[in-house]
Amino acid sequence: MASRAGIVRWIFSRNRSAVAGARGMSTSWWRGVEPAAKDPILGVTEAFLADPSPSKVNVGVGAYRDDDGKPVVLECVREAERRVAGNLNMEYLPMGGSIRMIEETLKLAYGENSELIKDKRIAAVQALSGTGACRLFADFQKRFLPDSQIYIPVPTWANHHNIWRDAHVPQRTFHYYHPESRGLDFAGLMDDVKNAPNGSFFLLHACAHNPTGVDPSEEQWREISYQFKVKDHFAFFDMAYQGFASGDPERDAKAIRIFLEDGHLIGCAQSYAKNMGLYGQRVGCLSVLCEDEMQAVAVKSQLQQIARPMYSNPPVHGALIVSIILSDPDLKNLWLKEVKGMADRIIGMRTALRENLETLGSSLSWEHITNQIGMFCYSGMTPEQVDRLRNEFHIYMTRNGRISMAGVTTGNVGYLANAIHEVTKSS
Amino acid sequence: MASAMLSLGLSSPVALLDNPKRLGVGKSVGDLFVKGKMYGRVRMAIAVNVSRFEGVTMAPPDPILGVSEAFKADTNDLKLNLGVGAYRTEDLQPYVLNVVKKAEKLMLEKGENKEYLPIEGLAAFNKVTTELLLGADNVAIQEGRVATVQGLSGTGSLRLAAAFIQRYFPEAKALISSPTWGNHKNIFNDARVPWSEYRYYDPRTVGLDFDGMIADIKAAPDGSFVLLHGCAHNPTGIDPTPEQWENIADVIQEKNHIPFFDVAYQGFASGSLDEDASSVRMFVARGMELLVAQSYSKNLGLYAERIGAINVVCSSPDAASRVKSQLKRLARPMYSNPPIHGARIVANVVGDPTLFNEWKEEMELMAGRIKNVRQKLFDNLSEKDKSGKDWSFILKQIGMFSFTGLNKAQSDNMTNKWHIYMTKDGRISLAGLSLSKCEYLADAIIDSFHNVS
Repeated sequence: MASRAGIVRWIFSRNRSAVAGARGMSTSWWRGVEPAAKDPILGVTEAFLADPSPSKVNVGVGAYRDDDGKPVVLECVREAERRVAGNLNMEYLPMGGSIRMIEETLKLAYGENSELIKDKRIAAVQALSGTGACRLFADFQKRFLPDSQIYIPVPTWANHHNIWRDAHVPQRTFHYYHPESRGLDFAGLMDDVKNAPNGSFFLLHACAHNPTGVDPSEEQWREISYQFKVKDHFAFFDMAYQGFASGDPERDAKAIRIFLEDGHLIGCAQSYAKNMGLYGQRVGCLSVLCEDEMQAVAVKSQLQQIARPMYSNPPVHGALIVSIILSDPDLKNLWLKEVKGMADRIIGMRTALRENLETLGSSLSWEHITNQIGMFCYSGMTPEQVDRLRNEFHIYMTRNGRISMAGVTTGNVGYLANAIHEVTKSS
Repeated sequence: MASAMLSLGLSSPVALLDNPKRLGVGKSVGDLFVKGKMYGRVRMAIAVNVSRFEGVTMAPPDPILGVSEAFKADTNDLKLNLGVGAYRTEDLQPYVLNVVKKAEKLMLEKGENKEYLPIEGLAAFNKVTTELLLGADNVAIQEGRVATVQGLSGTGSLRLAAAFIQRYFPEAKALISSPTWGNHKNIFNDARVPWSEYRYYDPRTVGLDFDGMIADIKAAPDGSFVLLHGCAHNPTGIDPTPEQWENIADVIQEKNHIPFFDVAYQGFASGSLDEDASSVRMFVARGMELLVAQSYSKNLGLYAERIGAINVVCSSPDAASRVKSQLKRLARPMYSNPPIHGARIVANVVGDPTLFNEWKEEMELMAGRIKNVRQKLFDNLSEKDKSGKDWSFILKQIGMFSFTGLNKAQSDNMTNKWHIYMTKDGRISLAGLSLSKCEYLADAIIDSFHNVS
């Protein structure tokens, strides 16, 4: 990039007749600013919206849709909003966010009767959904352990790379997805865990791995946890789909509970974007387990210190909704039912898609569609096949072949299966 | 030492086994009982990790937000919170604007969904916020030269801009006023943008050190980013006059600096949304490229919703489009996309002519109440203070805050003796003052000023 002095000289040479010092309108400070590449995930929806075809299907972004392909606002959320509307106070939340929301959120992750919560050993702050929670942790990691790195699974949600990069934490990867079986590369994963230097930081998806939908089994989680103990590794869990994977939040937190049993002091990012449908409200939580209350207080204060120059304090509206739902037993039960409903619909669509493909006579194996869990299916399709789906069939998904099952409906599953069969039958 | 640890019920047995020093001098591991279990030299099957974050110390309380927390803890009846800049009614209650209630009711009835906003935020919000700032007929808007991205109130918008500056102008410095809102420094620090200060507040006149300001802006390296408060300077309440703004613009153009406005109080300074934007508009009218961070925390009372915007006025639509794309790229790994609720409220209020007019009226009432309170405080001070000190700076200052000229010790006296909470730089928030408390405050200020050094 040209030096500032160079730019200034160039400007003056072009605008000799201009008033001394005034910058010409034809030149700009922002000459060196290139257009950013479109976000691979959010860019898909933009393209979908721009497509005029009546048969278009969006299985790109991970936002839940009902069987009519419509966005859903949960009943429990609507009710909570009605109650919130009476709220006459929009004052700033404390820097760490809504205490009530945090309390309820920790119970979800760590258990209703968690000793850790009772002993106040968890440093927790409200965060801007899962992204914000991960970013706060990444910045915190950089600030207090500046020489540490983060091991990230291959593949992972694309934004994980952006987050740790912008936090200036060097990244390494570990094996995760096994393309041949469309399942978990457990041997590769364990090798990487063993070969990493002791005390390494690992990013783990607690359930419903994004983008593959491939989760370790309970047994495998136990082995991973054990090996983490041997190696003294730090586990950071990104839990964006609790409740969404199996339909049961307790079951979906199993990996975390295993690590807790083994005494790990983990970090955890939680999000209510999907499981409560609060996407645009940006509600989540970052928690870091500490040795004792004093340490938890110190860590929390430092997390707040990082949040202050980023956004001062987190938005209140979504936090109120979460608090109201989780602290009212009836609303909480309603929520649990609704989450199960969403998970069940997705599981149903997985079955339907697989059956459709098998009925069409595809010679490929589509077992992975029902083996995988959560919102996404890693179809195994190539970028070229994905492009064909888009160009010929107006079906939109990310180029890694990830299908958002939440976008599949009884109305479009046949069309989708047909299109997938078309583009894959020669392979 | 060991008993202190036991009483807190903490410290892992493994940690103690591995780090005998932590037991304190003379203690043996075999003596320990932790939570009823005996830990000898045998490693427990269930071991607890030592935290990675051992070395994390307690962060200092935030100088501004910490004040409210201290206020809450005070049980004295006479206590007064003049700390954080949040508007209060005459009864010292928080105030939710009527237009906001109406907008929320409308939103509840519409029952819109909660889908993710695009990274740049709600389109309807972005449109109205730029028009509010620059005027709907502004040539920069008509020519498509303004990149606008919804941000997390003023803080978040400033941070996006600072991150953008660091990425594209890594050699550039930011110039900030002395004093300025405390969080400005944190924002530039965390964004790794070096900064230095330009003189602003003159304690002798309790006014603007205009010559110092101009000299320091001139002395800075060409191409610095000059952070300016669009109106109602925080913390001093001292704004340049229109002529002074012209001079500031002249110097900035001479030095090829880039103006970076923080507009957190549009409407709150004079009561007029247009008048309060006049400094920004004047710079834009000169054809300058500039950055402007906006906040709706105060003027729409949407503090906790975190709604604002970063605007970059560019010399061409192409530049604006590129800049916008890069701002998005910075936002994505921070929070992915901004919160919807506040954006919808603003879009509904500002975008609806009836609600917009109602808002302007409420804005005038709020700004009016603060002007009345300023007047009363001035009257009380002038009347009670027999020293002949000139308190008229209180009337000359504008916006939510007044810089009293009290130093740290005097500010501490305000709190310790009079239970009046303010920030240590001598700033009081008039938004937290009622007419009925002006006398008490005047007494406190006079006492602190004359009897404490």
